[in-house]
Amino acid sequence: MLFTSYGFIGSVLILFVLYYTIPKRLRPALLLIFSLIIYGMADVRYLIYIGISVVTVWYAALGIEKNNKTIKDYIKQHKTEMSATERKAYKKLKGRKSLLFFLAGLFINLGILAVVKYSGFVVSGIWHILSSGTDGVPKIPDMLVPLGISFYTFQSLGYLIDVYRENIDAEHSLPRYALFITFFPQLVQGPINRYEDLAPTLLTPHDADFNVISRGLQRILWGYFKKLVIADRLLMGVTTLIGDTSLYRGGYVLVMMLFYTLELYADFTGGIDITIGIAETLGISMKENFIRPYLSTSLADYWRRWHISMCSWFRDYVFYPVSTSNASIRLSKWARKHISDSAGGKLPVYLSSFVVWACTGIWHGASLNFLVWGLLNFLVLTISEELSPLYDRFHKRFLFSESFPYHVFMILRTFVLICVLNLFDCFTDVRDTLGLLGSIFTRGSFSSMEKGALLGIGLGVSDYVIAVIALIAVLTVSIIEEKYDSSIRDMIRRRPYVFRFAIWTCLFLATIIFGVYGIGYDSSQFIYNRF
Amino acid sequence: MMKNMDNKRIITALLSVVVISALIYLVQRLVAPKYADDIVEGGMVSEYYDEKDKDFDVIFIGDCEVYENFSPVTLWENYGINSYIRGSAEQYIFQSYYMLEDTLRYDKPKVVVFNIQSLQFDESRSEAYNRMTIDGMKWSKAKLGCINASMTDEEHLIEYIFPILRFHSRWNELTPADVEYMFRRKRVTHNGYYMRVDALPAGDMPPVKPLGDYSFGDRAWEYLDKIRTCCEDNDIELLLIKAPSLYPYWYPEWDEQVRDYADMYGLKYINFLDETDVIGIDYNTDTYDGGLHMNLSGAEKCADYIGSVLTGEYGVPDRRGDKALSAIWQGKITAYNDEISLQKEQYGIE
Repeated sequence: MLFTSYGFIGSVLILFVLYYTIPKRLRPALLLIFSLIIYGMADVRYLIYIGISVVTVWYAALGIEKNNKTIKDYIKQHKTEMSATERKAYKKLKGRKSLLFFLAGLFINLGILAVVKYSGFVVSGIWHILSSGTDGVPKIPDMLVPLGISFYTFQSLGYLIDVYRENIDAEHSLPRYALFITFFPQLVQGPINRYEDLAPTLLTPHDADFNVISRGLQRILWGYFKKLVIADRLLMGVTTLIGDTSLYRGGYVLVMMLFYTLELYADFTGGIDITIGIAETLGISMKENFIRPYLSTSLADYWRRWHISMCSWFRDYVFYPVSTSNASIRLSKWARKHISDSAGGKLPVYLSSFVVWACTGIWHGASLNFLVWGLLNFLVLTISEELSPLYDRFHKRFLFSESFPYHVFMILRTFVLICVLNLFDCFTDVRDTLGLLGSIFTRGSFSSMEKGALLGIGLGVSDYVIAVIALIAVLTVSIIEEKYDSSIRDMIRRRPYVFRFAIWTCLFLATIIFGVYGIGYDSSQFIYNRF
Repeated sequence: MMKNMDNKRIITALLSVVVISALIYLVQRLVAPKYADDIVEGGMVSEYYDEKDKDFDVIFIGDCEVYENFSPVTLWENYGINSYIRGSAEQYIFQSYYMLEDTLRYDKPKVVVFNIQSLQFDESRSEAYNRMTIDGMKWSKAKLGCINASMTDEEHLIEYIFPILRFHSRWNELTPADVEYMFRRKRVTHNGYYMRVDALPAGDMPPVKPLGDYSFGDRAWEYLDKIRTCCEDNDIELLLIKAPSLYPYWYPEWDEQVRDYADMYGLKYINFLDETDVIGIDYNTDTYDGGLHMNLSGAEKCADYIGSVLTGEYGVPDRRGDKALSAIWQGKITAYNDEISLQKEQYGIE
């Protein structure tokens, strides 16, 4: 059920009333039942997939914890009889059972994800490598891809890894663990929550707090504003531009990149605002997934601010394990010996970074364009890293680099780079994307954009006016939050009631009136639902 | 102290809800279509509720084939029949049923005249037509039933409850009329009759396409049954008619099914297309759109004809002796004549 559907909004209202009227101890059960109903309404078969994921990971985590405890108890009991070497050997031997549980949970879940989402991509990839032409690629039967499978699989695996690493205790109650995974607002487009972050408020009874509920509602409203007024409005233009690349080339590509980048931001951050806002109204805290990403001054900065839960997941569960693996250490030693000390330090990092970005690309979609997108990010980040000494010298020599105009320049430069990279999201065929990018620089590339051309892409003058005003509002909020490092809601909350009331009422009416929804508009999915 | 704080908080919250509700209401009134200067058919249904005395003896129910083809003023002037037309554009049969239910909340007529043209549609074909019929209805069980029976796949009940959710996108096409008619309606009919005085002779009609299946749908029959039983339960005579519109083509096979139905339940059925000579309809002068609908001349002739049937066969009383009612009708006749003059001037007719 889409966040923007009347059914969803109505269901959440009913849940809200029920949630605060039933005894506190029953609330997690209500949330679990509600989450399963909402998810099952999209397709009841999804419940089978997510059920397998929940049960296998929960069971594996319990197995790991139980085995680890047995080991610890044994060692504790025989502490005096065992030497350090014996204890280590015993741990290693008995730890294999934990590893077995861990690997079983890991492979079952990654296996399901791989089969339903990536089998077609893998088969066609192998076919392209082994054969000369594109004809006759074996057809993989269409498989049901459960909504949000990438999100809940990663959340499950994060939990499993944390239990295996003994960072957290395993959840003993299956329903409680199931709620952690299936909690409905996060299920289809994240964020990818960590158990230690979400569980304290999700699974523990708490009282209703008017201020928290009020903040949640404000956050939801802001999310709907971004989604309905900006994202879905720009989507009309993006759909037209992407729909006919033979016509919309040259200057149109710049518009396409700009609109898509803005739409992606408003869509994804709007969706996350709604997610976090719904959780907040229920008294449940979630970590932020975005920190004003388009105010980033570099690509590295951007990836610290964009889709934080995904980036931190890859950092903690892929980057660190790969960079500290035996293979990396051997590579490092080899590089130190044969190249230089510096190379010895950097190579494992770059190798891990390469793996992370390849995975990040593939996580976004089972097609070559996403892989290329990921590796381009890797390339830019690596080059930036290699050139950082040069930047440092530049900043030391030219003091204007500390100035505000230069800061704005860095933001714009990063934004343009993101726009270009985002174009690889739009087309599965990388050659199309490269062709479109090339068309910007061909002679006469802007001649097709006659006066009024932008009115022929599904957006009227009023749409542009509304989109620009709304974007200015979003930008202003971002700048204020960036400057004061505080939430705009908290700032508004300190103002007199009439001011607060006027602000939120205006936002509400603006969303209702200027939102793109209902008959006459195509209801559009949140972009990140497809992951 | 704490209690005062709580009370203050509650009052503030209630006031806030009231202000927001009022704002939404105002915006909703503003963006909702007024059907004042264009597509006036959308404003017809609501006019019924403005009638001070709803004690009508005859209620016409149906689509454009009733609201453009019969003049209640002629029925009053010639027979003293107090009648009203509850029709709207492409009013589907299930909507006609709920329109009847809605009417019965206010009035129990002696005769219901139902135009059976809409039997050919089993489902709604357009959200726009649904809106034109339903938006004007006052909230009741009948309206709710009408919405549920009419909604197309793309429609939602909530959008009927809060029309702002449907019409919010009109913000960029508002006209001065949207402000002018925010809280009042522009009267467009005369007891439900939509008047046109100009004439456009009937010409060549589109060729008649043979149908694969001439049977009316089950749902259409179901609602005709509902209309019939509703009339029976309320001791109302039901008169089935087919108005003298030349297009859309009325197939003989359809006519036969209606006749069989009428015979089965002892109902009278008049196909005006068979009575044009008796009525005296001249398709050169009595239609304003080439034979699809009657103009004033044609509508008065049809009214005169059906008036004789209603008086003669159904015993509908002549109420011209009722002074209060006559006074009401006098006002209506004046408005009727004023519009005739206005339209004649508009269309350059002497």
